[in-house]
Amino acid sequence: MTRRLLEGSEAIAEAMIVAGCRFFAGYPMTPFTEVLEHMADKLPAVGGVCMNAESELEAVGMAWGAAATGTLAATGSTGQGLSLMQESLAEMTLARLPLVVLNMARAQGDYFQATRGGGHGDYRHLVLAPMDVVEAVRLTQVAFHLAARWRNPVLVFGDYYLAHTAQSVEVEALPLEDLPASDWALDGSSGGSGQAKLVSPLGSAKQRDRVGYDLAQHYQECVVATAEMVAGVTPMAETGFTDGAEVVVVAFGTPGRYVRAAVGQLRAEAVPVGFVRPISLFPFPSAVVAAAAESARAVAVYENNQGQMIDDVRLAVLGRAPVHFIGGLSLDSSGFGIAPDLDVNVIRGRIQRVVAESEGPR
Amino acid sequence: MTEKVLSRGTVVIDVDACKGCDLCIDACPPRVLIMTTREVNSRGYRYPLLMAGCTGCRACSQICPDFVFQVYRYDTPIEMEVR
Amino acid sequence: MKRVEGLVVVPTDRAPTEPARLVDDFTPSLIEVGGHHLCPGCGEPIAMRSAVEAIEELGLIQRTIAVFGIGCYTAFSNNLDVEVLQALHGRAPSLATGVKRAKPETFVFTVQGDGDMVNEGLQEVIHAAARGERITCVMLNNGVFGETGGHLTATTVLGQRTKNTLDGRTAEAHGHPIRLSNLLAQLDGTAYVARGAVNNAGNVARTKKMLIRAFETQMAGAGFSFVEILTMCPTGWFVETQTAPSYLADNLAAVHSPGILKDVRA
Repeated sequence: MTRRLLEGSEAIAEAMIVAGCRFFAGYPMTPFTEVLEHMADKLPAVGGVCMNAESELEAVGMAWGAAATGTLAATGSTGQGLSLMQESLAEMTLARLPLVVLNMARAQGDYFQATRGGGHGDYRHLVLAPMDVVEAVRLTQVAFHLAARWRNPVLVFGDYYLAHTAQSVEVEALPLEDLPASDWALDGSSGGSGQAKLVSPLGSAKQRDRVGYDLAQHYQECVVATAEMVAGVTPMAETGFTDGAEVVVVAFGTPGRYVRAAVGQLRAEAVPVGFVRPISLFPFPSAVVAAAAESARAVAVYENNQGQMIDDVRLAVLGRAPVHFIGGLSLDSSGFGIAPDLDVNVIRGRIQRVVAESEGPR
Repeated sequence: MTEKVLSRGTVVIDVDACKGCDLCIDACPPRVLIMTTREVNSRGYRYPLLMAGCTGCRACSQICPDFVFQVYRYDTPIEMEVR
Repeated sequence: MKRVEGLVVVPTDRAPTEPARLVDDFTPSLIEVGGHHLCPGCGEPIAMRSAVEAIEELGLIQRTIAVFGIGCYTAFSNNLDVEVLQALHGRAPSLATGVKRAKPETFVFTVQGDGDMVNEGLQEVIHAAARGERITCVMLNNGVFGETGGHLTATTVLGQRTKNTLDGRTAEAHGHPIRLSNLLAQLDGTAYVARGAVNNAGNVARTKKMLIRAFETQMAGAGFSFVEILTMCPTGWFVETQTAPSYLADNLAAVHSPGILKDVRA
């Protein structure tokens, strides 16, 4: 049990290794770069492979190949780099492959990319959004577990703060249940058996059984697998002060800590506010948000973008209360999302305005 | 008068696998394969016929995209009629 | 003997009764069903046959992982009795890299067309070669995107008519073809580069030797190995099936010249 002061990038790298990750590929891009540096440094020492890919496209390709062998694999980037990976991410999901993908995002404008998927076709990825380094160490390991359990990519949504903030953490293996055997994985050995394995987004039907791929049937099977995954993963959220809250504030990731702090301060001043911090962005904790909104006068959403998670909040609230956007684009001139308005006092003020506007008869 | 030539080999032709591409005709060094002109297989393609003089060289089986040929080499070459 | 259409022919519907030995069977054992829907006269199945025969002869069946690109040849991705990983268009080299780096004891080769490898995936193959990845990339080069109906690729030769260059490729409008084997041979990471063809039986035999040598290069850990195979595409070339072999010789092979371009172990 050794607590060390680690910046998020390093803690996440160590968490990946402790989770069993033995293949990583990446391309430098702020604020993801340090994760690649740490993996390049640490992974070979445990017998793993870290590839400095020639672009994000090849990074996800290399991770795809490694994942197909049953090796626990991961890749990552920031939003723009993830944009390049979208075709592969969509198709890897159809190939039913586990993969952990890090988005060390610039602000929170990648919420749609993460939760809707920027790729083509019907697919879903599980998305986890840690708010700080301690939570990231836990959720990174959970991500590998979920990816292997459901044979589906899992995205961990971080940001610049997470990458570059140092916190005192222990990186210890979580006691998670054993992963299912990956008997679908390739290693060459089933060659010549009449049952040689196939890992493909087009399906697993062989011509010896019927002629050609039946993509419609394969997509149906993937739909069923997705539904099982969604049903099998309990949405995660943190809530606070929601009992009797007249205004409920929803925020995710690093801003979630600031909102939590603002709500705590206001409650100490007897202002009846509460918060919900979604931790799994997909599946979204709709029931938790709905329950919190049940007796609220208003719901406020704080996020560093033009309003993305607010869509999911509105769907969850479903008219029980008006939903107000109190976030905004990051004001950081570098574009890295280090928002000057990530300020507890500023957030307090915005919450108080919503409280004031929602006073009076319902 | 019957003319005879020595055949060192022979083939078995999977007629219905053939797609009538003609590659085997030119590939055959002794030129003993000839496509049918009116006969077609169950898929409507013309297919090759074998004449005497095969050497069992495997050129046909190696060039055929549809795996139509099985090639044999006789233990002892066999005299066959040509006309 | 019997007569068919006025000719004296040898019966070819059953095995000979005279003592004989089988020297070539219908379908290579690693191809699971012989029938496919590729065009009459297509060169790709010929190349696939040579590749799987090479794998069998080298004893690599239970170590092989074939990484397929997207093209007409993708028809073989679920038709082989070796393990197959299906990649996206152009992306097989990065997947193959991941497989081989994660499992160095496997034998990994890619099967890609010219459109897949030289258009969409040019960056991937060049970087894999430069890094000296111990994989073998195989390019089936017919100078067109076959699966979409026969369109211009980066290897289409000047003057070649395709569906989107109906008056023939010109340097002014469409630029010049890329001779990928020649490019790759210049990279220090490549250990073996060869270009073959399947337009006649002699070339098929020579190409198979190239594949064997390339596969051996990988097993020796010498670096990146590459075999380009010129294949016929009568459909994409607007020619008759029996003319395609000479079209290949006169047009494609004149630009993409067959031969062994590099062999560091020679």
